[in-house]
Amino acid sequence: MPVLDTGQLYGVTGAILFSLGLYGTLRHRHLIRKILAVNVMGTGVFLVLVATRYGRGVPGAPDPVAQAMVLTGIVVAVSATAMAIAFTLRVHATTGSAHLPDADAEEPRP
Amino acid sequence: MSERYEKTGGGRVLGAMTAAFGGLFAVGLLSAVAGLARPADDLHGAVLDRVDESGVSHPVTAVLLNFRAFDTLLEIGVVLLALFAVWSIAPPQGRIVAEGAASLPTGPVLEAFLQIFLPTLVVAAGYLLWRGAEAPGGAFQAGALLAAAGVMLLVTATPFPLAIPAALLRAAILAGFGVFGLIGAATAAAGREFLDYPPAYAKVLILTIEAAAAVSIGLALVHLFRGGLFTTRGE
Amino acid sequence: MSGPDVAAEAWLVWSVVVPFLAGSLAFLAGRRLRIAAALFGLAATPICTAAAVYTTHRLGPVRYRIGGWGAPLGIDWLADGLSMLLVGTTGLVLLLAGIHAVRSIRAPSGGEQKSGTDAQPTIAYFWPLYFFLWGSLNALFLSNDAFNLYVCLELLGFSSAALMAQAGREALTAAIRYLFVSLLGSLLYLLGVALLFGAHGTLDLQALRAVASSSDLAALALMTTGLLFKTALFPLHFWLPAAHANAPAPVSAALSGLVVKASFYLLVRLWAGPFAPLPTADAAAVLGTLGAAAIVWGSVQALRQRRLKMLIAYSTVAQLGYLFLLFPLGAPHGNLEAWTGGLYYAVSHALAKSALFLCAGCVVWAAGHDRLADLKGIARPLPVTMFAFALAGVTLLGIPPSGGFVGKWNLVSAAVRGGHWAYAVIIYGGGLLAAGYVFRVLAPSLLFQKSPAGLRKVPWPMEAAALTLAIAAVLLDFLADPIFAFLAIGRPFAAVTGGLP
Repeated sequence: MPVLDTGQLYGVTGAILFSLGLYGTLRHRHLIRKILAVNVMGTGVFLVLVATRYGRGVPGAPDPVAQAMVLTGIVVAVSATAMAIAFTLRVHATTGSAHLPDADAEEPRP
Repeated sequence: MSERYEKTGGGRVLGAMTAAFGGLFAVGLLSAVAGLARPADDLHGAVLDRVDESGVSHPVTAVLLNFRAFDTLLEIGVVLLALFAVWSIAPPQGRIVAEGAASLPTGPVLEAFLQIFLPTLVVAAGYLLWRGAEAPGGAFQAGALLAAAGVMLLVTATPFPLAIPAALLRAAILAGFGVFGLIGAATAAAGREFLDYPPAYAKVLILTIEAAAAVSIGLALVHLFRGGLFTTRGE
Repeated sequence: MSGPDVAAEAWLVWSVVVPFLAGSLAFLAGRRLRIAAALFGLAATPICTAAAVYTTHRLGPVRYRIGGWGAPLGIDWLADGLSMLLVGTTGLVLLLAGIHAVRSIRAPSGGEQKSGTDAQPTIAYFWPLYFFLWGSLNALFLSNDAFNLYVCLELLGFSSAALMAQAGREALTAAIRYLFVSLLGSLLYLLGVALLFGAHGTLDLQALRAVASSSDLAALALMTTGLLFKTALFPLHFWLPAAHANAPAPVSAALSGLVVKASFYLLVRLWAGPFAPLPTADAAAVLGTLGAAAIVWGSVQALRQRRLKMLIAYSTVAQLGYLFLLFPLGAPHGNLEAWTGGLYYAVSHALAKSALFLCAGCVVWAAGHDRLADLKGIARPLPVTMFAFALAGVTLLGIPPSGGFVGKWNLVSAAVRGGHWAYAVIIYGGGLLAAGYVFRVLAPSLLFQKSPAGLRKVPWPMEAAALTLAIAAVLLDFLADPIFAFLAIGRPFAAVTGGLP
């Protein structure tokens, strides 16, 4: 007998992905790595979203509301990624580095 | 190459703390997700019960374009907003660029490939759009295919149709959000609830919204791909 | 439901649709017509907002079913005193910040000099972004659906980050930092939503309140943490000072006055709604402690700043701390005074802080910089600006007559009644520290006879906008009773103050 059913297995996978993504987002200062990590987090959430609703109304079938929410979430994630990459390119073009500087470095110039 | 915290003693402590925090977080989250009580409920049933009233027969499309249409309206707004953001920080010199990349290899094989592949993509997008009413598909999938066609034009340095006049481009990019929002405004102005389509017109309205949204999303995604490097006239 | 009520409730729709329409028009319009679209939005949105607020006042709480489906299938809006108070505040602040912006946004970054090859950012997209920010704030305050709120949060985060980035190089790195913090916060929130949705099969906040139990503590932790990132509660405030100080002044006003309040509002909505049945006393104590720490840390940092906008931004860190005192003071055995006092304080801070940032915008416009050391005697050439600064400062100090006084009075009264003496001391101690940093600006500007030379003339609408907001912050004191009555519409805090089963 399996320890986890289908919904739980995908849910736990999603939770692992989210945790990895969170770690990467907090840990890395390179902007592209941060962007990738945020996307991993997002994927984790989407997996949890579909998994926890799996087979809840109709056994063995995914929930259409959760599917619709994930579709919405994916589009938001694509938009966020595009925006973050554009910002990163601008940061790289103006500072010559794609690393996030310390917050203190952003005080307005005299 | 990533900049690492290990350079200093303090950085190492910080890194270890982040890792420890991450580990604790993961354990807590895993137990919360695995242990989630999941009693049966009737939400899925409610969607299936009322899908007939939505104007489409595919449950996910019914949720996206009717039951939770407001989410989808805002989501198209998010795509549009991302484009505002990307264009707003584009460097001025980057805003007018030649459709260059003349050094790209071209040839009969590439041209024949494009001649076959691009129309196929557009037809496939139209099919996905139409099929979305009763099967998986719809505006976003169609828009993604259109965007793929656009990106293909970009990377092969084929200018059409990306060099359209700026005002027309803006109108086309706005079309999805605008048509969707105006239909919502019209329902409210007619004394119905916001985005409450008259049942007789529901399917027509949904397909109109999806068609406009597919074009807008396709164009928006292509321009998000390009970043700020786009051609405009009169800006 | 009768005909006239449907038309009246439609004002809720217009208060969300019209700002998005104005933003779309500003995007569609060419260079010449862009300002016309902006003026249309600045005129029409406050009218819709006022009509929607009046509708709530007249009809009471409205549960608006978008698409006519109703939760759990559809998305519902809830227009009660709490949400409409914030919609109204948003209307007032963004109208006046917008008037300021009509004059100040023509030149990049309020007329500040840009150096070198650092390309001047285009301002062509300011108004589309500004009105999308407005629309997403209104949609967020109205929404009663946990997932729809996520989409609103993302719209708000994206428009805020993009608006921040409009002011050049330092602003750009601050903006991308904020973008990541905002995404992180939204995803933590969304994961909490996924757990709630998974456990209960509904996204409606009121329906969730009926079924939530202590097994939802993980969702509570995730959603609260996510929103604390966005609200910049100490020690998660690290992104705020640079982001708020570097943005163009009207944007700083919107960010410090409203955007951080939006995530705070959502926290309050969740704690007074779905999470009301949960055992949250310990978590509330943590929030209160962090709030107290924010008051001290933010004020001390504000005292140390050498630049006006950084000082105001650190003041926001401190003032946000007060808002979080309502959690320990209002929970668990509901003290209504703490909840309403905290919200009232949020409104008065929104008005006062946006006034301060608009004043700073006038100063930067005139002097070309905001170095405090070189602003001695600035009150002589800019009397209106510095008078507005003083009025808004009164609210931060919390002395009468001002909205800040009433808000603090309620919080202190709740603290004393609950036996939380330490919080009472912190609240008044924070007022003393605020006096320190407000006078650090005011005293040299008034006392020095010699004023800085070479000032640029400030267009009167910019000063008038700042002064109007500052006066509104003071007038709030006299409007306290009607505002508390309005806040009671729909009894938004009934679940935590023992009014509901």
